This record gives sequence, structure tokens and C-alpha cells, in this order.
Amino acid sequence: MKERPLSPHLQVYRLPLTAWVSITHRATGVFLSLGMILLVVFLLAIAQGSESFACVHSFLQSLAGRLFLWAWIYSLLFHFCHGFRHLIWDTGHGFERETLNRFAVYEIAASLLLVCLVFLLVSL
Amino acid sequence: MNYQTPLARVRGLGSARQGSHDWWQQRVSAVALVPLSLWLAVHLSMLPNVAYAEVVRWVSLPWNTVLLLSFILFSLYHAMLGLQVVIEDYVHNDWMKLLGMLGVRLVTAFLALSTAFSVLHIVFVGGHG
Repeated sequence: MKERPLSPHLQVYRLPLTAWVSITHRATGVFLSLGMILLVVFLLAIAQGSESFACVHSFLQSLAGRLFLWAWIYSLLFHFCHGFRHLIWDTGHGFERETLNRFAVYEIAASLLLVCLVFLLVSL
Repeated sequence: MNYQTPLARVRGLGSARQGSHDWWQQRVSAVALVPLSLWLAVHLSMLPNVAYAEVVRWVSLPWNTVLLLSFILFSLYHAMLGLQVVIEDYVHNDWMKLLGMLGVRLVTAFLALSTAFSVLHIVFVGGHG
């Protein structure tokens, strides 16, 4: 039998960076969807009045709330960067192995840069 | 001899039986979300530091109202299509798949209605106390 490549077995196969980025894209997508529920709850609370707003706002000001907010914002920016990558792929370009790996690094760097920029903008 | 065009052959195919329509809609909403996401990320990060009256005033500015509604409605549509793909990939039981799809569609529709109502309420009625 000819030497043929084995299909990757998740438990023994060290995932390449591109695979991690792809999985994270999906995971952040699901997380962002769940966070949308909270965003809508927030809008409902604002419409309801200052008391309901104070209730959800105090959660947002707590440590857990802030962590959640920043996790959501980072997820949005990561999903944004890899989503942009998908739009480039849709044009039929950038499928060479070397380009794939290089862009995976770019995406991670760009998402971190963007979240730092947003953080700086708020802190000013 | 096959007289079907390539387009006619792919219509009705795919795991959702809707051919490439969902795929294309996902891209259209993604393009819309490119500027909207950056705009929202900046404003959302400020939310812990602002008071009620300020938030109400911010939402009521026409520009913000339209962008906020656009972001949430496009996101919900994008999320609906994305979650549908996730369910198609991981849920193999037909009944569970059907329930999952129904759930995703109904919940996103409900969230979209709640968003539209809340934002318009804030704009036209204003905040309470």
C-alpha cells in the first residue's frame, strides 16, 4: 500500500496554529451570540427605567461584570479579525500554506492590538 | 445528456436544503458588521463609567440610534446563521437538530423584537426617573 497521509486524530495530533484560530473563531461566535442576550437585557433595562438600569449597571461595574465585558469585546475583535480573513478567502486568495500560517499570526496580533487601542481610548 | 445549468443543480442542496443563500447572507451581514463592530466595541467599553441620563441621551442621538439598531439586528441575523451551522455540524439527531434550529430562530427573532422595542422606547418616550 502506498504511503498516505493519516487523517488527524484529535487526541494524538498537535493542532497547528491555523486550527486553533479556526476553533477560536467558532467558540467566540457562540460566546458573542450568548452575550447578545445580555446586551438586549441591558437595552430593555434602560427602557424600563433608572432602577432596572442601576441593577444591571452594578453588575457591569463589578469585577465579574468587567471581566465579562472585556472578554466579550475581545471576542468581538478576534471574531472581526478572523472574519476579515474569511472574506479574503472568499475571493479565492491566500490558501498557500505559508500564507495561512503568516495570517494566523497577523490575526492574533491585530486582535490584541485592537483591544489595546479600545482600552487606551476608554482610559484617556 | 444533462440540460440542467450548474445553478439549477445546486439549488436546494446543502445541509440546510437552501443551497448557497445562507452562505451569501452570512457574508453580506459580515460586511455590514465590519464598521459597526469597531464602533460598538469603542462605545460599549465606556458603558461601566456612564450614568443613566447619559446613556439615555446617547441612545437618543439619531446617529447612535440607527447604528445601534443596525449593529444588533445584523449581529442577530449573523448569529442565527452561524449558530445554525454549528448545530448542523455537531447535532446529528434529526429531532434535536430541528429543535435546535427552531430554538435559534425563535430566540433571535424575540431578541430582535425586544431590541427594536427598547431602542424606540428610549428614543421616543425617554428614560424613566
